Amino acid sequence: MSSSANLMVDNLGRRTLKDKFYKVLVVVLSIVTISPIVLIIYELIVKGYRQISFDFILKTPPDTFEAMTALSSGELIPGGIANGLTGTLLMVVLASVIAIPVGVITGIYLYENPGKFLANLTRNVSDVLQGVPSIVLGLIAYMWIVKPITNGFSALAGSVSLSIMMLPMIVRSTEETLKMIPQTIKEAALALGVPYYKVILRVLIPTSFSGLLTGILLGISRVLGETAPLMLTALGSTMINLDITKPTSAVPLLIWEFYNDPNMVDLIWSSSLLLMAMVLALNLISKRIAARTK
Amino acid sequence: MNDNSVTIKDPVLSIRNLCVSYDKGKYAVDNVSADIKRNAVTAIMGPSGCGKSTMLRAINRMHELYENIETKGNLILNGKDITDMPTIQLRRKVGMVFQRPNPFPTMSIYDNVIAGYKLNGIRLKKSERDDIVERSLSDVTLWEEVKDTLHKKGSFLSGGQQQRLCIARALAFDPEVILLDEPTSALDPVATSKIEDLLVKLKENYSILMVTHNMSQAARISDYSMFMYLGELVEYGKTKDMFTRPKDRRTEEYLTGKFG
Amino acid sequence: MNSDKITKGVLLLSSLLILFVAGGMMYSLVEGAIPAFKSFGLKFVFSNNWNPTEGKENYGALPFISGTIITAVAALLISLPLSFSASLFIGEYYRGTKLAKVLGTMVDLLAGIPSIVYGLWGFYVLRPLLIDLGLPNQGFGVFTASVILAIMIIPYATSLSNEIIAMVPNELKEAAYSLGATKSEVIFNVVVPSARSGIVAGYILSFGRALGETMAVTMLIGNSNVIPDSFFSTGNTMASVIANQFGEAEGLKLSALIAIGLLLFLITGIINAIGKFIIKKMA
Repeated sequence: MSSSANLMVDNLGRRTLKDKFYKVLVVVLSIVTISPIVLIIYELIVKGYRQISFDFILKTPPDTFEAMTALSSGELIPGGIANGLTGTLLMVVLASVIAIPVGVITGIYLYENPGKFLANLTRNVSDVLQGVPSIVLGLIAYMWIVKPITNGFSALAGSVSLSIMMLPMIVRSTEETLKMIPQTIKEAALALGVPYYKVILRVLIPTSFSGLLTGILLGISRVLGETAPLMLTALGSTMINLDITKPTSAVPLLIWEFYNDPNMVDLIWSSSLLLMAMVLALNLISKRIAARTK
Repeated sequence: MNDNSVTIKDPVLSIRNLCVSYDKGKYAVDNVSADIKRNAVTAIMGPSGCGKSTMLRAINRMHELYENIETKGNLILNGKDITDMPTIQLRRKVGMVFQRPNPFPTMSIYDNVIAGYKLNGIRLKKSERDDIVERSLSDVTLWEEVKDTLHKKGSFLSGGQQQRLCIARALAFDPEVILLDEPTSALDPVATSKIEDLLVKLKENYSILMVTHNMSQAARISDYSMFMYLGELVEYGKTKDMFTRPKDRRTEEYLTGKFG
Repeated sequence: MNSDKITKGVLLLSSLLILFVAGGMMYSLVEGAIPAFKSFGLKFVFSNNWNPTEGKENYGALPFISGTIITAVAALLISLPLSFSASLFIGEYYRGTKLAKVLGTMVDLLAGIPSIVYGLWGFYVLRPLLIDLGLPNQGFGVFTASVILAIMIIPYATSLSNEIIAMVPNELKEAAYSLGATKSEVIFNVVVPSARSGIVAGYILSFGRALGETMAVTMLIGNSNVIPDSFFSTGNTMASVIANQFGEAEGLKLSALIAIGLLLFLITGIINAIGKFIIKKMA
């Protein structure tokens, strides 16, 4: 026994040192982990802020020639990304209109039928859907909407791909939020003889409203920056377009176009800055709501 | 202090002016001093929230794992001041058993027993390991029950067996004192009585300080008893004396069930 | 009573709709992929000849399949120490503190950055840096794509594993401390083994993410339709070949791209199902 006691004292310094080493390592690597977010936002602000103005929000992009002229005379590129902003808004709203009712209702179904085969199946399928790469959803919307329905690239097709992306997130957050409501609240309403649909509309949804909202906002913030599926569906447009059967631009699509055009490339930073600001705002708002209800 | 108690010669552990506070200025353990008898069972009793567990955990310096807990006072173990000893060295000399059995679920029974050596990076020969495992499990009368399943996970054992495994894990390190924090509160009566018998047997070789929620348990197995109330050590003496002739009104009220 | 039946019917229908969508996706992908598989059979998966030239048309997806797996594995390996450290920071070392909250929020925000913005940052900031370090091919290639992918998948592994690590019972950790273990010894011998399946599930899910990422990879991998012969050579992935070549695709080429989409759907589906299965088994 005493030999092990000696061993113990002998390795004390080494072990304490090792312990400190690991702590320092964890802290250093954690800082490395979060440094990209700081660096990326810094880059966007430094390179993009000069371009941000009312014009940038209200006007459509210049053509390449205009941009080139501005560039060669050392001026800011004129115009803005209004067609992208309206397109993003149009498609996100449309995607939400499709995904929110289906997602919330399915979430309620899962909550009301725990353990049922169909509910388990739906939950698992929805979980797997959540992991489907967005580009595949673009292919699907292309095959389902672009070819047979709108006979060409369209905002509707873009919205459908985004809505399939949002769906699983909304289903999941709805079910999780509903699970936190005390069973007694629902039973109290049912005991009063209130019809089931009224219990859902007047009790379940209002009680869990902020939780649902958090899930929905997070879902929207995730699809806001999606580029790949829109390349296969909405395609893009140089004009503001509000016709859902026509090709439509979106902010991420514009960034992609600017990136590929040497004359316009300066616009990528301000567009990205605006896009990031929207995503971060939605993220923070949803976090705020979630924190307030806890 | 009184003639029939508390002068303890050659104590295994001396607690001197121990104070523990969770909030600044509010003491969960308030200036406790006591000597703990060698090769005996000493019980700490008191109503819940009286600071008995807090005091026990302070001896193993568990509080240093958490922020905002302030501990003052001195601890002397076998004549050596351990107040400022590195915790990883101190805890090897002071074994601890917790309220709920907590064997490591990812380790086998065998590995649980020698977990202390493994965690401390002490390499032993296989024969040495085997010896320690067999001796420790025999000490807690678990050897016969588990010797064929040594390499299975400990989490399949019954609650009482798990708690004996946890005692074996503490014994494997041959500690100078063993602290037990309500070791039977999560167990059924049969398992409880087994542990009680075990503790009485263990005191031949070990010094035991235990917190108990159960005064009849203290009466059954302890040689010395402390009664704590609101962080204060109200009374300390031979168990027999305290249960028959309590000196303090509060001790008497507690023992007669007026509060607790 | 009648209205209750209708309500229940609506709930059921909506859930069936999701199953229908998922089934429909599978069906459409298979249907779209049939011409490609009919023409090339299994060679579609095992051939590395991708040639859209009319008359000599041949489509073998091996370069993209291998490129996808190589970049995703490399991204996982690069992200591993980072997200593991971050989850220990949040779930163990600084659990419950403001610092942990700030770090957690920032890690979450990483998931909010659009793929295309990662691509821009990789192109304009990371790539020049790597060129200075001597990376060939103008800094394009598997390595560059993997580094960006690694950053992108960090939040997926981190958020799951820090939750699981924080859930390891205190009693267990205290038991180890009471035996004289240091914090790092407790972490490696008790915390990590107890949280192992959750941590693994987190990495599996983040691996699934890496497989399907499109834009950032497209912008950095170099888009050459060959099997990458080194870590620093250029290549292409399944997702990025779809994005790159979809515009001018028709007929057999379109079918080939859809077939790649089908393979990607299946691979990510299986990977995700495994990850979710592990999580469910833990609960």
